[in-house]
Amino acid sequence: MARRRKPKLAVWKFASCDGCQLTLLDCEDELLALAGEIEIAYFLEASRAIVRGPYDISLVEGSISTPEQVEQIRKIRRQTRFLVTIGACATAGGIQALRNFADVRGFLDLVYARPEYIKTLEKSLPASAYVPVDFELRGCPIGKGPLLELLSAFLNGRRPSIPNHSVCIECKRRGIVCVMVAQGTPCLGPVTQAGCGALCPAYRRGCYGCFGPMETPNPTSLGNWLLARGMASPDLVRLFRTFNAYAPAFKEAGERYAEAADVDRSS
Amino acid sequence: MQRPRTLTVRVDALARVEGEGALHVRVRNGQVHELRLEIYEPPRFFEAFLRGRRFDEAPDITARICGICPVAYQMSACNAIESLFGLSVKGPIRDLRLLLYYGEWIESHALHMFLLHLPDFLGYESALHMARDHPEWVQKGLQIKKAGNALMARIGGREIHPINVRIGGFYSVPSRRDLLEHKEELARARDFIVEALRWMAGLEFPDFEEDYEFVALYHPEEYAILEGQIRSSKGLLVPVSGFEEVFEEFQVPYSNALHSIVRGRGSYMVGPLARFNLNFPQLTPVAREVALSIGLTPPVRNPFRSLLVRGVEILHACEEALRLIEGYEPPDRPWEPVEVRPGTGYGASEAPRGILYHRYRIRADGLIEEAKIVPPTSQNQRRMEDDLRKLVPRLLSLPKDQITWRCEQAIRNYDPCISCATHFLRLEIETE
Repeated sequence: MARRRKPKLAVWKFASCDGCQLTLLDCEDELLALAGEIEIAYFLEASRAIVRGPYDISLVEGSISTPEQVEQIRKIRRQTRFLVTIGACATAGGIQALRNFADVRGFLDLVYARPEYIKTLEKSLPASAYVPVDFELRGCPIGKGPLLELLSAFLNGRRPSIPNHSVCIECKRRGIVCVMVAQGTPCLGPVTQAGCGALCPAYRRGCYGCFGPMETPNPTSLGNWLLARGMASPDLVRLFRTFNAYAPAFKEAGERYAEAADVDRSS
Repeated sequence: MQRPRTLTVRVDALARVEGEGALHVRVRNGQVHELRLEIYEPPRFFEAFLRGRRFDEAPDITARICGICPVAYQMSACNAIESLFGLSVKGPIRDLRLLLYYGEWIESHALHMFLLHLPDFLGYESALHMARDHPEWVQKGLQIKKAGNALMARIGGREIHPINVRIGGFYSVPSRRDLLEHKEELARARDFIVEALRWMAGLEFPDFEEDYEFVALYHPEEYAILEGQIRSSKGLLVPVSGFEEVFEEFQVPYSNALHSIVRGRGSYMVGPLARFNLNFPQLTPVAREVALSIGLTPPVRNPFRSLLVRGVEILHACEEALRLIEGYEPPDRPWEPVEVRPGTGYGASEAPRGILYHRYRIRADGLIEEAKIVPPTSQNQRRMEDDLRKLVPRLLSLPKDQITWRCEQAIRNYDPCISCATHFLRLEIETE
């Protein structure tokens, strides 16, 4: 049977640390095989050769944070059949979404002597705030396993098998002793989406939520439980406000406890 | 060949660098009139939102500035905060930090040498194009990279944004057996890099030398990576707390990254070449011997030869990692406890691309009041422009696409990480 043409892959970067696209280059054992199955048509971190669109699949890294980026993500959407956002920045706005809780002009003044040279939007937002997204890969950073699963599923025309239950389930499956119960360490495992293999509890630290909220989480229950065990409100607010601070469930929890603690007003 | 009086070259994207930027060059009558390395990657305001965060969050938050060298951020942050709190980490915890950092040097340098820089010397668009003709070298490069990543994942939990680093040490530490499992892979990486260096030494390097001011950390007992004093080839020797007195940062209208110069003098270079030239005697004997045998005698002033110097540093890192693993016994406890002391802490370490400086002002309640971070690419930015200013006039007899490619290669000599500096590159050459 004649083989169909290879699907065209593009990798795009917005406001980010480059770590999620690096995950593709970190597939040391699979990279050359993958390049045999997919045409890497646009991937500036790896190649100066550029093949024009349209693209069969686009991997989008980074959050949308400037007016030019809004135009660019719309253009990419028009050129792409299957658009996947990769990582916490592209799916939730990233760590840089902490600006969304403050006045960005104040931030500019703090970092730059001549803030008028810098163009930026008020908010750092996920790609889904501007265009329809076909699939999200979570994580700060994404994992190699889920990335290869996504690409393999795409090549074979099936749905990727990516879990949407909590880190707690992975943790129990691995037989790890619960860090909250045994050590009293605050842990976002009960409300965070699986995918890391319960990495932090395996290293005896609490989950800090880098895969973002799981499907139907209950952050209020967790938050109240932590408060009842002596956690200070500002600490709880910071726990929800890291790499997925602007993901809806974490955003609402952060705002609720911030209001209670009067954090946003005093800062 | 006659030099063209007017010429316009414009390339929208410079590839094989980390992050987003552009180069704009204007040549008139064979003279460079205007040259701007434009970093348009949007700012992410790390220094602003670190304010009000607690000291122990700094290693995890600042790691997110760069997915290529997160350990450098974690180590500089720990240095700065621990020095303020009066803690100096020693013994096996320090050895584990070195091992984690060597893992990052091996991974980052192998990525740059084999996947980002080497294709320029052989005329390929990418390592994937190169792999069709030279599969063995791409494979070996990937295997070296993998050895570094595996070591990082073992100690740090994962290679990108490790989760196991904390102020005072680690959340949990590996057993001796855990680390011994890495010996074979690291020894193979060491042998591969020696083989690769002997082959790469025969490549053609553009004839280009400059009288650089090299700046690197200096440590009396080791090839500095984790800590040290700031030393330069033109006589500077100051503690890290003196960084802002000797270097000046300033903003230029065309770049989202700040420029850095030595006060009163001008541009300087940080990174592999600077470390090699300043700290050569502290490399392992085998690394020195291999360097000399392939014609690398300090001072190396040809930035294109940084390809080889990165390889020598990989060799050094593999050897040192093997030595540390051999002598490793787990510490009694994974971290040293700290007590908050208010004040200002200064820290620096040698990221794969050069000195990474952090300063934090911390209050009695442990919250960060002010943070300052100066990454290596920001420091090298002015130096990259100076290199191009010298290089471009010599290239004008070449076809336009060759001029462009050679400029890109000269920028890649620095392994620029623009995500760090503001955090890509669009290349634009305009000649009238």
